[in-house]
Amino acid sequence: MSDQPVPPKAAKPPPSKERQRQARRRFLRTVLLTGGVMGAALSGWLPIAYAQRPRLRPPGALDEHEFLSSCIKCGQCVQVCPVAAIKLADLVDGFGVGVPFIDAREQACDFSCDAVQCILACPTGSLTYDKPKYMPTREGAALAGKPILIAKEKDAEPTLNLRERMGVARLVRPETCLAVKGKGFKGQARGPAFEGQMRYMKVDRWKPIKVADHPYDVAECDLCVRECPIKGAISIETTFAPDGSKRKQPVVHEPCVGCGVCEMICPVEPAAIVIEPREVWKT
Amino acid sequence: MRRLWDDVLVMFGRAPKKPAQITERAQQIHFHKKATDKGEQKALREKMHAEALKSHKWRNRRWATLLFANLLFTVSFYFDIQILEGALTASRFIGFHLIDLNSALQVMLAHKHIIVNLIIGTATVFVLWLLFGGRSFCSWVCPYHLLAEFAEKIHVRLVAMKLVSSEQNINRSLRTVFWVVFALLAVVTGYTVFESISPTGIVSRALIYGPSLALLWVLALLVFEVFFVRRAWCRYACPIGLTYGVVGIFSPLRIKYKLEGCFHEGDCRKVCLVPHVLETVIKGRAADTEVAIGPDCTRCGLCVDACPTGSLSFEVKGLSKLL
Repeated sequence: MSDQPVPPKAAKPPPSKERQRQARRRFLRTVLLTGGVMGAALSGWLPIAYAQRPRLRPPGALDEHEFLSSCIKCGQCVQVCPVAAIKLADLVDGFGVGVPFIDAREQACDFSCDAVQCILACPTGSLTYDKPKYMPTREGAALAGKPILIAKEKDAEPTLNLRERMGVARLVRPETCLAVKGKGFKGQARGPAFEGQMRYMKVDRWKPIKVADHPYDVAECDLCVRECPIKGAISIETTFAPDGSKRKQPVVHEPCVGCGVCEMICPVEPAAIVIEPREVWKT
Repeated sequence: MRRLWDDVLVMFGRAPKKPAQITERAQQIHFHKKATDKGEQKALREKMHAEALKSHKWRNRRWATLLFANLLFTVSFYFDIQILEGALTASRFIGFHLIDLNSALQVMLAHKHIIVNLIIGTATVFVLWLLFGGRSFCSWVCPYHLLAEFAEKIHVRLVAMKLVSSEQNINRSLRTVFWVVFALLAVVTGYTVFESISPTGIVSRALIYGPSLALLWVLALLVFEVFFVRRAWCRYACPIGLTYGVVGIFSPLRIKYKLEGCFHEGDCRKVCLVPHVLETVIKGRAADTEVAIGPDCTRCGLCVDACPTGSLSFEVKGLSKLL
């Protein structure tokens, strides 16, 4: 533009062929750049609109829309997580690209940081201990009380500073659940190749180890209950099967924060118990 | 003041104009240059060129700084040494919040709720780039800038080989339009729309957290720059550049042009990312014997390296008087 010689003002000769060609090219390139940038930017909306299932967000996340609008996509939450549970979403998440999420089956949040470090790290308040008053809390999303972390139950302050749940655990495949079948479990919960880690208080309070390095041998499978980090969130109860016979099964209770440890540790494939992200507690 | 305002308008997309007023001293120099014998001038010019060292001093310093800043993020996370945590969009330097101005703006517009940490980080970065020259962020820190520099080299070579057509400039106002559109989109949709395509954010995160599919978008931009328009993203599209450019209006650090020794050969404008800021070096254009280059300048120093006569140099306004 600036490099183009200024045409004389007095007599306007018709633009030369070359000049016309240049103008056309410039126009096409402008359209290409504008179209490309706006197209790419706005296409980010499609994955949001057609999302089949909400992502499980880190603890303390604002509601999905608020979360996406406030997240600055820096990944500081990723950096502080001792078990590397938090990952950043890719292109397929559209506007959610670079926004943190948790794939509980691969690596759940086990609160081995004790203080919900990701919330502390967040610079924009996308993850927050106290959400602004004007933002409504969905019915059943709020926890009845601050969750008690079993790992620090004996500490002066045993609770996690968390007011809302990330989701709720649900036994979606009771027919495959080993507890329901009355079976025990022996060996590595997720096989030898599983990379997921967890903090085992009996091993080391401050250093999470691989789940594969911590084999189990239980007469009746209760891994989800055994490893749940939150007090009173899940227990094995005796229930009645549809045919009227008695059976045992894991039952999720109100304190469940939806961290996903049960989903990660469940030894059957696919997991019998999973987290429903963003789900609220229904009585 | 008037000149600064003109420079600001040029940054927003207006074509640079010839100066309305030229100081008497500058007029004398312009006149003197016209009057000097052509042969004599040529001889002097050749002598200067022969003596001038082919220097990449500022480019090398800049690349070193850029790589250091970006790799410090990577190293910091990889070895968990917590020196510089986060990514370019927002980070903590030994605990102090640093937040990219454009990302902060997008979040504030989309989210409409601002917390203290966000203000602290944004203010810190604002002051930082106020001191160091606004768009210096682009050339000294932005990782996409470096990739685009390589793409530019390929593009220039292809043009020289006549394999692609030479520059077909897009109207620079497009960047201002993009800035406004993305600001409006953030307000209206409540999503940080620009952040999802920002190559700065994408490349920065890829360097720290590993490669992602989003790099395909960055690749598409680079291909466009190699085959179609030289430095298209940085020149005609990137709102980040404009945001930092506005900060640079008030910055004391800039490139200074000295009219006297200049032969007006235009080597500086050939290497410049934003040649419209260097219109003043064209013969007869300089409004004064010394002219500060406008805020759209990225302070990359390529022109300083390229100039055989030392007519372009880095300057901190007021500092030379103090010393």
